Amino acid sequence: MFNRTNLIYRYDGSFDGLLTCVFTCYEQKEWPLDIVSSLNVQDTLCPARTVDTDLVKASRVAVVLPQKLSREGAEWVYLGFLSCHPKKELLLLDFIRKGLREGPKIVRMLTDDTVNALSRAVYHLTHEAHLLSGFVRFSDSGGALTSTIEPKNNVLPILSNHFCTRYPGEYFLIYDKTNDLALLHEPGKPSSIIAADEIELPPPDEQELYFRALWKQFYDTIAIEGRYNPRCRMTHCPKRFWKHMTELGAGFISGFYADYRDKASSREGKDMEGGILKRSAFPDETSIIKRQRSM
Amino acid sequence: MDLMEKLTILSDAAKYDAACTSSGVANVPSAGGIGSTAACGICHSFAADGRCISLLKVLMTNVCIYDCKYCVNRVSHDTRRAAFAPEELADLTIQFYRRNYIEGLFLSSGVIKNPDYTCEQLIKTLTLLRTEYRFHGYIHVKAIPGADPVLLNRLGMLADRMSVNIELPSQKSLGTLAPDKSKHSILKPMSFIQQKITESAHDIVRYKHAPRFAPAGQSTQMIVGATPETDFQILRLSESLYKKYSLKRVFFSAYMPVSDNPLLPSLDTKPPLLREHRLYQADWLLRYYGFEAKELLDEQSPNFNPLIDPKCNWALNHLELFPVDVNKAPFELLLRVPGIGVTSAKRITAVRRTGSLDFKGLKKIGVVLKRAQYFITCSGKLPDGLKITSDNMIRSLMPEGYAAGFSDHGGEQLSLFPDPSKVFKEDVQKCLTGQI
Repeated sequence: MFNRTNLIYRYDGSFDGLLTCVFTCYEQKEWPLDIVSSLNVQDTLCPARTVDTDLVKASRVAVVLPQKLSREGAEWVYLGFLSCHPKKELLLLDFIRKGLREGPKIVRMLTDDTVNALSRAVYHLTHEAHLLSGFVRFSDSGGALTSTIEPKNNVLPILSNHFCTRYPGEYFLIYDKTNDLALLHEPGKPSSIIAADEIELPPPDEQELYFRALWKQFYDTIAIEGRYNPRCRMTHCPKRFWKHMTELGAGFISGFYADYRDKASSREGKDMEGGILKRSAFPDETSIIKRQRSM
Repeated sequence: MDLMEKLTILSDAAKYDAACTSSGVANVPSAGGIGSTAACGICHSFAADGRCISLLKVLMTNVCIYDCKYCVNRVSHDTRRAAFAPEELADLTIQFYRRNYIEGLFLSSGVIKNPDYTCEQLIKTLTLLRTEYRFHGYIHVKAIPGADPVLLNRLGMLADRMSVNIELPSQKSLGTLAPDKSKHSILKPMSFIQQKITESAHDIVRYKHAPRFAPAGQSTQMIVGATPETDFQILRLSESLYKKYSLKRVFFSAYMPVSDNPLLPSLDTKPPLLREHRLYQADWLLRYYGFEAKELLDEQSPNFNPLIDPKCNWALNHLELFPVDVNKAPFELLLRVPGIGVTSAKRITAVRRTGSLDFKGLKKIGVVLKRAQYFITCSGKLPDGLKITSDNMIRSLMPEGYAAGFSDHGGEQLSLFPDPSKVFKEDVQKCLTGQI
């Protein structure tokens, strides 16, 4: 029923904008070559159609999604929109097309390429959000809490509910450096997510530094030396999160790790590249890795 | 003594406790309060040993009147002692919690003066947190064996999870290593907690705002490798604890040599980490996969094979049940296929309702075929090009490190007595240490 075109849709990058694009496709009976957000404009040789966000059209799509695709399917559309999939708009359009044809069972058709790609994107997003609900670190500056994160996906809309429930009486801000967004919360008011280009967070005061030191001390003490296992730590807490975590960030090297590192470097001299990865408390494991390399 | 020093001493003394989970209950704060809990639990950090840090795990004090040989806090051990004041600890918890460092507090204690006094100190701290600070985050508290039931009851009302450590897997070992404790003194508070949890679960049905006693249930922990019990004994014990006392979790803690005592393994003994890992794998099989202890081990082979995980081992002994067809097999049988876990089994049952599955499809939905391929068929078909030889099979069922060594030596025969202290790459990476 669709007329395959070489048109490129441009929308304003909002969820309503994307739903308007979906509406337009069905209205015009045409299938775009791509849908791009005007936030990351690129010049192309293909003809473009600028789709203006129309709340009436968007809400008509929004109403129909849970009815036809099941609530879970509609949820996937929203979550897919927040994900970092490079072609998420086209993926969602295709998912909606298939969903309208197949009905609620669409969310179980995981062997379908589109559904599979979407479910992976959604998992990547929700998993990252879950990790960050633990890995976010606040600093107290004059009674308000501030934090910076660098996620791959747009996780703030998901984290918002979690942190607003947890700290109803706190003023807090979470700055998402990747997407240039900030989550703001004031007690007694609904939270908001605003566009934020460069936020300069105030430097920590003395009390803040004291609690950071206490936390760092606790972190270093709680590990059992005899079980030292950096590989396991990295599996559970990937390094890309470390930068903004108080205990693993800039001042990370201390405690028994430092002792260990000194010992290791004096023992083997130069071979320190990637030392954390390749050396472990289990000598057997190290020898296995060496053996594999020599093969 | 300043707070930094106290925190160092009292977290150092608490670190051998394995449990650091924050799961099992979902709370939202009341007006003017702070804190919530998530049913799935949240890990806030991972220590250098790979274990999750979810709670501020400290002792109220490491002063102790008892002399348990395996314990760092035993009275005869020459170590620095400290104690938190309740106000101090409550404030520290809130300050950490506000910064999202932790999910809540894990409070245990050495026994100072007597069990009742110790219990009162814990109650003071928790009362401060719950009423003054209106803290609704997670609190896991250790029941102090020998304390008055009235005090234990108050403690349980303030906490989300309560636990009593069973410490060692048999009465005999307890007798030798912890002369001040007995099986009875440990099981008594355990059954008290269970009874209270059941009572409050009944009340909550009748009265909406009935106070809840340890809503996230109770757990326990035992030390593995300090005493001569077999894996079978340990597994049977944990199975009966799940059944009799409806525990949420049984934690295993590989014995870290902490004291030089002729009754204990020598100080240079390595902690039996692989054994602990196998026990956790088996524990998962009991709780989520519908296995029973007697299926996994028996009197003839009372210990786990360090080379093969318990599920593979079971499957190899029950080859008559395999292969199973992924398009027809019931969920319970899918769960028993090596390499297929709860997530994969759920996905398979969901997807096959929309159409039949082949090996390509299985791979696509994220089922890892490395082990599973030897035990399944798709609509009667085996995977293309799969040669089922015992050599291939053994290689894929064993951890990667060993398999590499296996080919390295040109098909060297498997030793009947492999070095049990060997920990393989795959197991190291997967080593969950039971933190979920």
